[in-house]
Amino acid sequence: MLDCLDLHKRFGEVEAVRGVSFKIAEGETYGLLGPNGAGKTTTISMVCGLLEPDSGEVFVAGKRLTSHSVAEKAAIGYVPQELAIYPDLSARENLQFFARLYGLAPDVAHARVDEVLGVVGLADRASEQTKSYSGGMQRRLNIGIGLLHRPALLILDEPTVGVDPQSRNAILESVERLSGEGMAVLYTTHYMEEAERLCDRIGIVDLGELKAEGTRAELVSLVGEHDRVALEGVGNLQAAADACQALEPVRAASVQDGAIELIVDHARSVLPELLATTNDAGVAVSSVDVHEPDLEAVFLHLTGKALRD
Amino acid sequence: MRAALLIAGKDLRQRLRDRSALLIAVVVPLVLASIFGLIFHSAITGRVTFTFGVVDQDHGPAAQAFVADALGPLERAGLVKLHQESTLAAGRHAADTNQVAATFVVPVGFSAAIGRGQPARLRVLGSVDSTIGTQVAQSVAQSYADRIDTVRVATAAARPGTINRAQAAALAPIVVADVSTKNRQLDAGTFYGAGMAVFFLFFTVQFGISTLFNERQDGTLQRLLAAPIRRSAILTGKLITSLVLGFASMAVLAVATSFLLSAHWGNALGVAILILAGVLAATAVMTLVATFAHTSDQAQSWQAMVALVFGMLGGTFFPVAQAGGLLAALSLATPQAWFLRGLDNLTGGVGASAVFGPVAAMLAFAVVTGSLAFMRIGRLVAR
Repeated sequence: MLDCLDLHKRFGEVEAVRGVSFKIAEGETYGLLGPNGAGKTTTISMVCGLLEPDSGEVFVAGKRLTSHSVAEKAAIGYVPQELAIYPDLSARENLQFFARLYGLAPDVAHARVDEVLGVVGLADRASEQTKSYSGGMQRRLNIGIGLLHRPALLILDEPTVGVDPQSRNAILESVERLSGEGMAVLYTTHYMEEAERLCDRIGIVDLGELKAEGTRAELVSLVGEHDRVALEGVGNLQAAADACQALEPVRAASVQDGAIELIVDHARSVLPELLATTNDAGVAVSSVDVHEPDLEAVFLHLTGKALRD
Repeated sequence: MRAALLIAGKDLRQRLRDRSALLIAVVVPLVLASIFGLIFHSAITGRVTFTFGVVDQDHGPAAQAFVADALGPLERAGLVKLHQESTLAAGRHAADTNQVAATFVVPVGFSAAIGRGQPARLRVLGSVDSTIGTQVAQSVAQSYADRIDTVRVATAAARPGTINRAQAAALAPIVVADVSTKNRQLDAGTFYGAGMAVFFLFFTVQFGISTLFNERQDGTLQRLLAAPIRRSAILTGKLITSLVLGFASMAVLAVATSFLLSAHWGNALGVAILILAGVLAATAVMTLVATFAHTSDQAQSWQAMVALVFGMLGGTFFPVAQAGGLLAALSLATPQAWFLRGLDNLTGGVGASAVFGPVAAMLAFAVVTGSLAFMRIGRLVAR
């Protein structure tokens, strides 16, 4: 459904996207996981035809898409990161306008608007101006607009940013349902748990590069059967991290947010040695946290930094 | 075009919902036109009457000629009322207390001095509260003095010496020019109705193209750009919005001022052509200004400045072209001036062809500024 080939985009001195390539099959949900500023939105902008790549190509349903494409864009439903609705129009008027803009005939548009209002749970307040809506309601409408024309490819750019937990869950359920209906979904997020829950495959992006991609299991295998240990304490954390790094079972060590983050083999067995080493380095450990391997660890392994940075 | 019309329809719905567009397009210009019309109605239509005092301390033939031949015709035309004051003190008091706009004082020996060809003095005591009346009085006195000088020169050329009584008395009466508004000048209701309409037209058309900045701010521009429509459709939709709002605003104001201010816009077809050309010119100028801005606030500020300067220069508040010289020439560099000139041409019951010249000028504005805007407008829909 979507084929991105070696996309590059530079803004002045900053190379925002450096040779990103990935594919999404029909009915597949693909996640672009990376911290803010990783290049996710720039990549999506090129996929939607909002930005022209400096080099590389985008194919949607087998047809090349550029910023000047018209018909090809009809296959895409786009949900931007920021709210993109008219606050002085009602939900129904917003949906009606975009439905007609995407070429739906008036009677079809009318029926489809009613349907989408039900999907996003706004049917009972459809006639109110959207500026009176809560943030969560506005977010749901924002997504609803992207679904109107039943796109073959739905692109959601961090749709849950700034959303309350209840609305967030509703959004995630909607995406799961759409994916189940056979829609290809490109989903960007910097929330690991969202990527793990929704995506069939995940691409890890940092500094404009696709560091790795695959299923969750494939990505986790990149860091092996390693555990993650976080040690909080007082003292020279960096020195302690360096000391731990020298231990044989330790694969990686760094200091993040006042804690020593360690990638290790068999955390439970090595934990006493880790505590002794940090103690020898002058750090008084106040808490210990052990995690099974997850995408956070993968990201740390691939980029040397935590996803939340 | 379908997408452009959809966008224009959406924009117009938003603008109608947003009362500020209605205020700027119709209410404010109508209110201002009414206020200006009331203030300047008398002055522009020539219906004003100034009251002048006269203190004749001379009682000679030249003094009598001044009252009879210089002031008399003005009084008979209803333009002035005369009060004879017995003394200089009474005349000064009348002016000081604003009972009269000004007092003419013909001093003792005035006629004798003129008869001998010596300098004579005719005084005007003006009221500080009636500057226009004082200026009128000074003009009347100056006019009389100029005629005296003319006779002196003629007499001196014929027979060096003095001017006699008969000659002084035979000075030609001052002729009052016909300042009727029915000929070529717009009456106050029409002038301010049309002036305010075309002045605010330049603000009204902002609600089209400048909303691209709001679309960008609200994030909806991205959505429009991602939709299966051409970028030119977005721009066309915005321009249609400007044109519809501009034309509707002018049409409503033309009708409203006709009923409320008794404005005489003239031949309906001519007015329609004039309005269409004016709206095109305003939209093109404001679009060009918008292409230099980066934010909505910046666009609105710059457009307001241009609208204000063009409006003032174009004579929408005062007929600046009548000042002549550079100001009159600069005035022609504004579509507003051509619009008012076109309306001026329509007075007196002439046909629509009378507006062809001003319409051509406004279309030239539209073509030149529109072409420049076209070259720059792409940046407004760039992501």
